[in-house]
Amino acid sequence: MVRVQAEPFDPGAELTRFARGRTDIGAVASFTGLVRDTHNGEPVLAMTLEHYPGMTERELERIEAEARRRWPLDDSLVIHRYGRMLPGEPIVLVATAAAHRAAALDACAFLMDWLKTKAPFWKLEETPSGANWVEARESDDAAAARWAG
Amino acid sequence: MRIRYFAWLKQRTGCAEEELDLPAGIDTVGDLMTYLGERHPRFAEAASGQGVVRCAVDQTHADPEVRLAGAREVAFFPPVTGG
Repeated sequence: MVRVQAEPFDPGAELTRFARGRTDIGAVASFTGLVRDTHNGEPVLAMTLEHYPGMTERELERIEAEARRRWPLDDSLVIHRYGRMLPGEPIVLVATAAAHRAAALDACAFLMDWLKTKAPFWKLEETPSGANWVEARESDDAAAARWAG
Repeated sequence: MRIRYFAWLKQRTGCAEEELDLPAGIDTVGDLMTYLGERHPRFAEAASGQGVVRCAVDQTHADPEVRLAGAREVAFFPPVTGG
């Protein structure tokens, strides 16, 4: 399931709900991304995520479908926020459920790596000296490339 | 055809979206980028850095050689930074 929303979410509550009542899964893996209060040594006061409504949901659904094609997942969840948020707030949650840990862990890493290079979100950081668009990192491209093929 | 811009590309072109009748001879994403560069000098400046401007045609990522025939919406944006 994919959710793109402005509202804050509680990662713990989401994970509890994700696994509730399931007796067939042996492994749940998850990643939570938070707003950090510094970037390149400069304080970050807040962050605003712009996105491309419509394409964002489609792209996340494509990425999720690819994960479920590659690994035997019983369930998966992607929640990503947009709009303005403060340091410490969750931005993204990815969770995967499978019978065994390898599929859950690998699929979770894959979802995050592809999300970071394909999902149309852009971060604008507010700092004491003004607002800056965050630049894409080559290390993110490298992380996504390891799942090629 | 609707053209959309996101993030700093929106600021540089000074608009979030515009309607465009595709001129004859503009067949691919790359052709369109050259054409838009003539209308928005700051778009051309950004697009001259190789790989800095990315494109989606009808909400699917598209390389410069992708053809535009039948497309309804083309979006230009910087490399994504979500997650």
